[in-house]
Amino acid sequence: MDKDDTQTLEAAAETLTGAQMVIRALKDQGVTHLFGYPGGAVLPIYDALFKANDITHVLVRHEQGAVHAAEGYARSTGKPGVVLVTSGPGATNAVTGLTDALMDSIPLVVLTGQVPTHLIGTDAFQECDTVGITRPCTKHNWLVKNVNDLSRVLHEAFDIATTGRPGPVVVDIPKDVQFQSGDYHGPQAIHHRTYRPKTDPDQAAIVKAVEMMAAAKRPIIYSGGGIINSGPEASKLLRELVDLTGFPITSTLMGLGAFPASRPEWMGLVGMHGTWEANHAMHDCDLMICLGARFDDRVTGKVSSFSPGSKKIHLDIDASQINKIVHVDLGIVADAAKALREIIRVWKAQKHKVQTEALKAWWKQIDTWRQKKSLSYRNSDRLIKPQYAIDRLYALTRDKGEVYITTEVGQHQMWAAQRFHFEEPNRWMTSGGLGTMGYGLPAAVGVQMAHPDALVIDIAGEASVQMTMQEMSTAMQYDLPIKIFILNNEYMGMVRQWQEILHGGRYSHSYSEALPDFVKMAEAFGCIGLRAERPDELDDKIKQMLSVRKPVLFDCRVDPTENCYPMIPSGAAHNEMLLSPDDGGEISDAGKMLV
Amino acid sequence: MHDTKIKPSDEVERHTLTVLVDNEAGVLARVVGLFSGRGYNIESLTVAEVDPISRTSRITIVTSGTPAVIEQIENQLRRLVPTHKVTNWSSQKAGIEREMALIKVSGSGDKRVEALRMADAFRARPVDTTHASFVFEITGAPGKIDSFIDLMRPLGLVEVSRTGVAAISRGPEAM
Repeated sequence: MDKDDTQTLEAAAETLTGAQMVIRALKDQGVTHLFGYPGGAVLPIYDALFKANDITHVLVRHEQGAVHAAEGYARSTGKPGVVLVTSGPGATNAVTGLTDALMDSIPLVVLTGQVPTHLIGTDAFQECDTVGITRPCTKHNWLVKNVNDLSRVLHEAFDIATTGRPGPVVVDIPKDVQFQSGDYHGPQAIHHRTYRPKTDPDQAAIVKAVEMMAAAKRPIIYSGGGIINSGPEASKLLRELVDLTGFPITSTLMGLGAFPASRPEWMGLVGMHGTWEANHAMHDCDLMICLGARFDDRVTGKVSSFSPGSKKIHLDIDASQINKIVHVDLGIVADAAKALREIIRVWKAQKHKVQTEALKAWWKQIDTWRQKKSLSYRNSDRLIKPQYAIDRLYALTRDKGEVYITTEVGQHQMWAAQRFHFEEPNRWMTSGGLGTMGYGLPAAVGVQMAHPDALVIDIAGEASVQMTMQEMSTAMQYDLPIKIFILNNEYMGMVRQWQEILHGGRYSHSYSEALPDFVKMAEAFGCIGLRAERPDELDDKIKQMLSVRKPVLFDCRVDPTENCYPMIPSGAAHNEMLLSPDDGGEISDAGKMLV
Repeated sequence: MHDTKIKPSDEVERHTLTVLVDNEAGVLARVVGLFSGRGYNIESLTVAEVDPISRTSRITIVTSGTPAVIEQIENQLRRLVPTHKVTNWSSQKAGIEREMALIKVSGSGDKRVEALRMADAFRARPVDTTHASFVFEITGAPGKIDSFIDLMRPLGLVEVSRTGVAAISRGPEAM
């Protein structure tokens, strides 16, 4: 053993079985957690895993849960999430999570078993065309037919998932390849033939950006998930840029936490359910500085009326995002941290100053928009308003140190994004691009695995949470004290809201009929169930939830008719927001066609 | 300010793109899937391995779209992991485009004589001849092949097989 040590350092090939290579590659990549579910076509890998003590395998209850858990793990740590599932249904069940991770740029390495190579194409038991099915929902994927390619592919998989614009990758490994022996090479030997993500900014573009910023009279920073994906350094630099310029800043759903919500420059969320001030400032600005966001339709509203008078700078690591939706005046293709560092350096070196007087007037305008208090709501002493529930949850967890929030998808997600304020990146895990109901509970499992001592809360809806409810069992098995805070309004709330506004109040199949008793359900899983029905009992119940070191299902019964405001109706512009139901809100026929 | 901004044109243009890719399993499916998944057009597509030692394939695609869509197509193609290089012959570089077609014409008498005379004018070569038919081989720019096919139509056109466009740059440099 000691004699061989020098050889390993020189990265000489070792002979291992395919299954052993998988485990060895995971260790060489620094993987400590693996989310998975065994099955026939991955048994050799599970056998190799049986002897591996330094990788924690988290057995989920459904492969979709494995992928979302890995997403939560990845988003909260900045490391890639790793998944191991079997062929056929194991792979197809992972597809929702893969698509979710692709849309939100989450680095995942998903290993799938495949039927033995001689059975591929014969409709064998639990066979499916995994690489064919996952091609459009991965950044890249591989079917490894030769065991001698396996270690290279595995290391390439980690490299591609985590560099450039991050995303999910799939490595499909036939069962016979897992049994065969071949040469294993370490990660250092990898040099990809074509893949060269561009991360360094073009210097001329940086200089131009700085000049545009110095000349701006009504600037706005519109930041996104790219800042978070770039790593903690990018968030620090973003703060420094705001220190330097005093520019107002808003963020997409994915970018929350990159800039502290407590700072005066923070204007809150942008877009369909963003604040009045953020959306009006986006509409009226003369310079939009888009940092790691992608002009999603939930942000832009009606594209032809989107910020019509502004020049736009767009920083993105993915060249295909520039000019995709909105034509911009200056595109910068680079890693966010690298570009921000350069912008700050050039700004300081050239001793730039902002347009102080103009900026003062701009802030005055922003302050009048803020006076609208667009997130206000009419509270009740009889019913728990969902906004009130989020406010109390936030207030009662502020002193709890590390708090991680995951969400499902719908009204509760938007209320959480509006009202649960973040000071740090990587604390907010939500399904933005794909809008996957059922994301939050398994994501919380993944977050808690990575941060065993932190407070992890899934802000949920009663409809979403039922989609992946079985992962409560996973939380129990691994002693994960996740808190599932269900805003139970007995409706698919966002569907109901749209049916009210767009479809004449015809609530077609959006009522959550035959709901389970969540308290009893919690007990059946062996965790704690709590219920709050009146505003005056909410605080005590939340405190009770926070005091137990066990998974909790919290059934918070809220006003079933409350709608999420403010809202930019479909097909409308940023300055056509609705603040409340009293605003009416005529939706154009074109708007009705939109999702 | 928006009044003075140069608005990108909304006119649909035809562009010829060449993509140099690693010839790995599924690479054509990635390219084709990109076009179908994002709703882009493919008017013709030609693919073959061009360097067996470095295992690279050359895919030439004729597509159409507004300038913004064409820019997206190029960027999306560059984003594919096995892509080495993307060149747009219609907007970036001077290139030569050629296509080959096999065209079957059947007929007798004057029409048959006329078909042969036209073929000669277009430098189309008969590669199969029977008493009742010809198969012509024609090479040229796609427009020339279109014209030849139009001329053959009243003279007994039976069927057409086209290779799609191959393109290469003028001058000593590679793409």
